[in-house]
Amino acid sequence: MGALIDLFVSFFKIGAFSFGGGYAMLPMIQEEVIEVHRWITMAEYIDILAIAEMTPGPIAINSATFLGYKVAGIAGSAVATLGVILPSFIVMSFIFHFIFRFKSSPYVDWILKGIRSVVLGLIAVAAFNVAISTFVDIQSVLIAIVLFYLVAFRNFNPIYAIILAGVMGVVLF
Amino acid sequence: MLLSLFMTFFKIGAFTFGGGYAMIPIIQREIVENKKLIKDEEFLDAIALAQASPGPVAVNTSIYVGYRINGFLGAIACTLGTVLPSFITILVVAIYFYRFRSLAVIDKIFAGIRPAIVALILAAVYKMWTKTKRTWAILGASLAAVIAVMFLGISPIWVVTSGAVLSVVYHRFFAAPQKEREH
Repeated sequence: MGALIDLFVSFFKIGAFSFGGGYAMLPMIQEEVIEVHRWITMAEYIDILAIAEMTPGPIAINSATFLGYKVAGIAGSAVATLGVILPSFIVMSFIFHFIFRFKSSPYVDWILKGIRSVVLGLIAVAAFNVAISTFVDIQSVLIAIVLFYLVAFRNFNPIYAIILAGVMGVVLF
Repeated sequence: MLLSLFMTFFKIGAFTFGGGYAMIPIIQREIVENKKLIKDEEFLDAIALAQASPGPVAVNTSIYVGYRINGFLGAIACTLGTVLPSFITILVVAIYFYRFRSLAVIDKIFAGIRPAIVALILAAVYKMWTKTKRTWAILGASLAAVIAVMFLGISPIWVVTSGAVLSVVYHRFFAAPQKEREH
């Protein structure tokens, strides 16, 4: 029971205090599970990152599920995953209700206009960050160009695009 | 409705490889273009607010989109849908492949998928850009956001906050007060 509470509190903290999602959450996860609680070693942590890369879903959820299982079995993985999602749920609920309640206020309209104008830039930065670590050879650039063309100009379904990319990976590498 | 939301987000969750941004093109396709459950601008709001809030961006986006489509229960259905594929896969890996050994063929598949994620995200940006109302102010703000985050290392939270504050200041004090004039 103590282990379950520790897991929940740790992952609640990770969910509540890491901003920016994805890899921006890693330092916080590292501190909690390796330095504070010593649940795993650095080598095991790198294993988890490799698994997270190869399985679907947000990296924070993947880490919570894996760590939870390792520390306290299936109950542990459920508790840790719930812990990491709960802060998101609470914060997003507040934001949604705030926006809905003051929908008719011009201020809400202005705030939304302001954030909409920067968000495409932010998404593009996220794409560039992934590009820096993935465009390592000519094949990967080729795959990206072909798929950009198909999805942006030929209205190709993104899910089929991911499957096609996997096939191209096997053929080209 | 709830079941169909859950199924749609389950599909989205199952194909979100390489971090939360990978789900942007899939949500855009399924929820905005095909089912037309929310508008492009509302989806942009969801992403911006998700980035400015703590926690995984994919989960935050699903929660907001869920609320927008079907209230509290919608938010629960979308969150469960997004999280379950990840939860189930990791649990299976943790139980059966405790010491994870990667296979050559899996490495190759992922060597193909990783650059594809970049292409998909940029394609979604391109599509949304062609559909939103384009003004010099918005182009300037987007470029400023790119420079701030990429070259100055400023956190996206501050970029989103400054965007909101600048827009309020501009509309409150500098834009022509059209509504008052109409009356």
